[in-house]
Amino acid sequence: MVDELLFFMEVVVGGLLAGTMYSLVALGFVLIFKASATFNFSQGAMVFFSVLAFCGFMQDFNVPFVFAFILAALLMVVVGLCTERFVLRPLMNASEDTVLMATIGLGYVLEGLAQAAWGVEVRRLDLGIGDFPVPWIADNLKLFISALDITAGLVATLMIIGLFLLFKYTKIGLGLRAVADDAGAASSIGIPLKHIMLLVWSAAGVVALVAGCMWGARAGVQFALVDLALKALPVLIIGGFSSIPGAIVGGLIIGATEKVLEVYIGPFFGGAIEGWAPYVLAIFFLLYRPEGLFGEKIIRRV
Amino acid sequence: MRPVLMTYTKNDIINFCVLMVLGLVIIPTFIKTEYWYTSILIPWLCLALATIGQQIVMGYTGQLALGAAGFMAAGAFACFNLILRVPELGFFGSLIVSGLIAAAFGILFGLPSLKVRGIYLMVATLASQFFIVWMIDKFGWFKNYDSSGIITAQDIVILGVPFTTPLAMYLIIVFVVTILTLLAMNMARGSTGRNWMAVRDMDIAAESMGVSLLRTKVQAFAISAFYCGVAGALFAFTYLKSLEPVAFDIKLSFKILFMCILGGLGTINGAFIGAAFILLFPVLLNSVGNNVFHGAIDATIISSIEQVIFGLLMIVFMIYEPLGMAKLWETIKQKIKSKISKK
Repeated sequence: MVDELLFFMEVVVGGLLAGTMYSLVALGFVLIFKASATFNFSQGAMVFFSVLAFCGFMQDFNVPFVFAFILAALLMVVVGLCTERFVLRPLMNASEDTVLMATIGLGYVLEGLAQAAWGVEVRRLDLGIGDFPVPWIADNLKLFISALDITAGLVATLMIIGLFLLFKYTKIGLGLRAVADDAGAASSIGIPLKHIMLLVWSAAGVVALVAGCMWGARAGVQFALVDLALKALPVLIIGGFSSIPGAIVGGLIIGATEKVLEVYIGPFFGGAIEGWAPYVLAIFFLLYRPEGLFGEKIIRRV
Repeated sequence: MRPVLMTYTKNDIINFCVLMVLGLVIIPTFIKTEYWYTSILIPWLCLALATIGQQIVMGYTGQLALGAAGFMAAGAFACFNLILRVPELGFFGSLIVSGLIAAAFGILFGLPSLKVRGIYLMVATLASQFFIVWMIDKFGWFKNYDSSGIITAQDIVILGVPFTTPLAMYLIIVFVVTILTLLAMNMARGSTGRNWMAVRDMDIAAESMGVSLLRTKVQAFAISAFYCGVAGALFAFTYLKSLEPVAFDIKLSFKILFMCILGGLGTINGAFIGAAFILLFPVLLNSVGNNVFHGAIDATIISSIEQVIFGLLMIVFMIYEPLGMAKLWETIKQKIKSKISKK
């Protein structure tokens, strides 16, 4: 009985920690959605692009770890700059759906560029953190929890606290919230829209880079990251598109539910229900609470 | 005959006749190489049919859906099982029934559209994509307990006559696509299409005018999935010649989305233009890579460049011509016409 309980705990904790990885990706979506009410479908591609660039700098040019990270972050700022200038500004007055489709296009561009520049083979990324159970926890609590999962959890928590403070207490954060509320009104009282957009896209780029490092260390840096990032969508629906805490709670819910379902119900159906379970969960949320757990009620009734 | 020919002008009928002569007489007499049929014409028509399905739900009804490949998979495997288990139906019977089965899935996964729209709906339709492909993959019955994962599609036999050469398959596809395209055009022009467009342009206004949102949206999803299902069955039986769930992954859904958007939302001819472009452009790029640079550029780089160009085109079209290539074509035609009349 105790063993079963321990196993269940292990599954849940593993799921929760894996869920923080989804949260990290979802965070990038939320940042951009909060500041510009734009849904950035290319976030997954940004994750792939940034971490592939990071690996490329490190492995092809032998740039040291820290500098490679900074270079990759700067590259993401440049991507943000270009996006603001060449995609978002011309589409300032276009409908939401049009901007969404343009970001799908942007995603394709980033994926293509990344593969053209750095190749298509799977790269290994070693962060110096092993993806194996931490001995101390295994001995004392009898739970087998990977060090990488714990690191991802810590990083996600830190980033979320940081971003939360930024939005809540700084002048930039106030500007961001003003732009999100009404871009026209915000720009008429002198908030520089361009700078705000650039800032948000760069921040989303750096978040993507961090998320990419975590995913890359686990599964290798490869194209499949883009598909994994799609799972951030149900996370967003559950957490709410405009809520930073929502991103983490949504990630935790998705992570834990999908693992529990996979381990306890999956075997009856031949497994691999992880692939669609999050989306079906999201549909149920959509039916009963379409704005998500923490989101503002902005969805138009249809 | 009147209701079928309603609002069609003489020009439309002439265009139709020209296309039919081109498709059924000129192409079969002049194109003899198999490559053209198996690698270009057959996939083009199949994917164009699926794109029409996507157009119905996205271009005409304005619902952002991203699960076309899932419905194609449903149609393809339904057709395989029907031919295997209910041979009395014949090929066309199986094709129609498999379209109807896909339509049932369309209704099921279209239901969330009654509550949500935009990106929310996109996520809900992604569920259909992943669920259908997973279901086919995991339950052996759908694949007739074949363990290899790839099943060879049965030969197409109609009234005892086998249709196995590329040309014969092409003719079957032309037949099916013509009928379904005409049907789609009629629906789009008639009250059905008007309801779709009313919902797309402003759902609240449409509802207050007495258009039932439930009926209209579910109908659009069902018809869209029917088209995708038939297209999927044709795609598997004539182009892939095998059935594997992996062929209908999310990438194919994105491809069809691109065909739909680049071709021109809310147009039937846009579906054909978009499908042709997305299909032919890589062929062109590859031949440029092989003939101009003599293979100096790696194939993976060429496919990356192709992806970049598709993405860029998507952005450029969204900025300058959100109605896609079909609208661009119209504009060019207008300009040429006005130039000629000025002279």
